[in-house]
Amino acid sequence: MNLQEFKEILSNGVWKQNTGVVQLLGMCPLLAVSSSVVNGVSLGLATAVVMALSGAALSPIRSFIPNEIRIPVFILIIAVLVTVVQYLMNAYMYALYMVLGIFIPLIVTNCIVLARIEAFASKNPVASSAVDGLAMGLGLTLVLAILGGIREIIGKGTLFSGLDLALGEVAKDWVLHVIPNYKGFLLAILPPGAFIGLGCLIAGKNWLNLRKEQKAKQANFTAAQAA
Amino acid sequence: MKRLARASFNSAINLAFFSLLGTAILAFTFFQTHDIITKTEEGEKLKLIQQLLPTELFDNDIIQDKVAVPVDALLGNDDATTAYRARLQGQPSAVILEAIAPDGYSGKIALILAIRANGEVAGVRVVSHKETPGLGDYIELPKSETKWILGFNGKSHAVWTEAEWKVKKDGGQFDYMAGATITPRAVVKAVHKALLYFEANRETLFAETVKTTQKEAKK
Repeated sequence: MNLQEFKEILSNGVWKQNTGVVQLLGMCPLLAVSSSVVNGVSLGLATAVVMALSGAALSPIRSFIPNEIRIPVFILIIAVLVTVVQYLMNAYMYALYMVLGIFIPLIVTNCIVLARIEAFASKNPVASSAVDGLAMGLGLTLVLAILGGIREIIGKGTLFSGLDLALGEVAKDWVLHVIPNYKGFLLAILPPGAFIGLGCLIAGKNWLNLRKEQKAKQANFTAAQAA
Repeated sequence: MKRLARASFNSAINLAFFSLLGTAILAFTFFQTHDIITKTEEGEKLKLIQQLLPTELFDNDIIQDKVAVPVDALLGNDDATTAYRARLQGQPSAVILEAIAPDGYSGKIALILAIRANGEVAGVRVVSHKETPGLGDYIELPKSETKWILGFNGKSHAVWTEAEWKVKKDGGQFDYMAGATITPRAVVKAVHKALLYFEANRETLFAETVKTTQKEAKK
């Protein structure tokens, strides 16, 4: 893997093929945990770790797995990795484990993990597969962070609430009360808020893409005219 | 046909191999982390006890003064749990009980209660739950702006009737948050039942040595 390839995998994962707003895979945790920045980022990072690990674990053994049973084997390996991550978090990051609770095992059911293994890790060398998994996971984390931020501000008027659960008591005062004395807007915290917020994010991403395209066209046009 | 059978056999062997490998990895991680996990959870429990009981309520070594609590429908426990007894100058002042609310929104909610000798709740905390983050998790003290779980403090089962030991939506006395009623309903019910258990078993709970056999009777 050279630098060019590395950059491409990275930009694919984080932006061009973003799992949250382009591929629209892995909606279940996306919508469920994005009620605050801390929850979203924590689960996003856990997913990124699992994706990087599973990519790296599957790539070297890809030629030994018979084609017909590859999916069960993939799922088996993902499930093992997720459970290992769950044990490790329970043992060494207890507070964070308490925050994420039920959503860690749900990483197994997140189809994005399986999708990247099927589409990428089963055809590419170890390093690329690991980077691909990590980049895809980071892309998901980015979406979870933005969506969590939007929902948290609109729903509770705060930002980074619960940070102390992830980082310890020191972080207790880091909560930003963006809107003081806010009464709260439950819709944003409830599942509909996730759908509406995600819809806005997808629209925003499409708008950015369109604008870029149009600018490129315009540049071409003026360049052609000048010539 | 023969080729097909052979291919299936190969697949089966392959799958069995990966299952075995996966199980081995899991077993290894489990044994590596099990002690640490138990230790962290015990440590958390101790911290909880200190939060639940004002320090002026006890002067004994509360962690050592424990008693086994058998399975009881009122507590909802599946296995025997441990109750810790707080004593002040030798007199029983409070007991720390574990209770389980079996009917949470997503599974069991484990509670820990401190009940004073006079039957009042000194404090309740949620030890573990799988309720919806950002919605049902306000039963945890740190995640609730209104400090919902503190609403139990100072209440004994006698202050209200059975019908009042419910969330307001069901005509009772306890607040709840719109969109998440099942969670507080389960917690209120569990706390109430635990108080009834305490009332019925006060003697045995505070006894120096407990005969576990006499409390097998279930409701």
